[in-house]
Amino acid sequence: MSIVFYVLAGLTVAGALAAVALKNTVHCALALTVAFAGLALLFLELDAQFAGFAQILIYIGAVAILVVFAILLTRGSETPKDTVYSNKWLLGLVTAAAVFAVLGWAVLHSTEALPHETAKPAVTVMDIGNALMGRYVLPLEIVALLLTAALIGAVIVAMHEKEGAR
Amino acid sequence: MTPLTGYLLVAALLFAIGLAGALTRRNAILVLIGIELMLNAANLNLIAFWRYGPHPEALTGMMFAIFSIAVAAAEAAVGLGLVIQIYRHTRTTDLDQMNRMKG
Repeated sequence: MSIVFYVLAGLTVAGALAAVALKNTVHCALALTVAFAGLALLFLELDAQFAGFAQILIYIGAVAILVVFAILLTRGSETPKDTVYSNKWLLGLVTAAAVFAVLGWAVLHSTEALPHETAKPAVTVMDIGNALMGRYVLPLEIVALLLTAALIGAVIVAMHEKEGAR
Repeated sequence: MTPLTGYLLVAALLFAIGLAGALTRRNAILVLIGIELMLNAANLNLIAFWRYGPHPEALTGMMFAIFSIAVAAAEAAVGLGLVIQIYRHTRTTDLDQMNRMKG
């Protein structure tokens, strides 16, 4: 385990913790961006350059900006006077802790069964492009259709109220 | 501790944090942030298994992660559109106050 991994893992986990725990919603969105950036760097550390840069472009460039827009459009930036946590927050916290305990136990007790190839994968973006246009062309087309449907759906959902005003 | 174990533990921790956020926050947008964190933890698992598993040249885990990123982008767009529409309707994003099926 290299020191780089520990630094990036700490950055990502700290960003994620701040994203779900801070009171101010705008601060949460900014902490979420830090977590996404940490994940992108972890992908780069794993020699997955394409996934890392796709993560930066899509999550930091699009999803985080979308979240900020939604927060500002819904006046969520105003910190509520009472608590920001749900009524059943203790139950949720216990559930999450139990899930982490089970996952961590499973990972730590299956160390022998896990693969540990050490050779760096020699995969270029060209290989990924060839695979997307060859073996994975059907999933690619389905994702294209899904993204089109999501785009149209999001526009229709968001503009529904306007029909009376026109 | 092998490198793969470290990445899997980080992904499990991220998933738990996302789940805690989705289950404990009142604001609907913060719940969506929690769901995004859970999706990202799954992506980290896929990429880590692709890197340390046999036959990385087959690109299976990498492709899974790329398609999962694309689907997560669609999910975020529709989810935030729904949150904005609900806010227009009820003037709140507080999930504890959204307790009616009927508008």
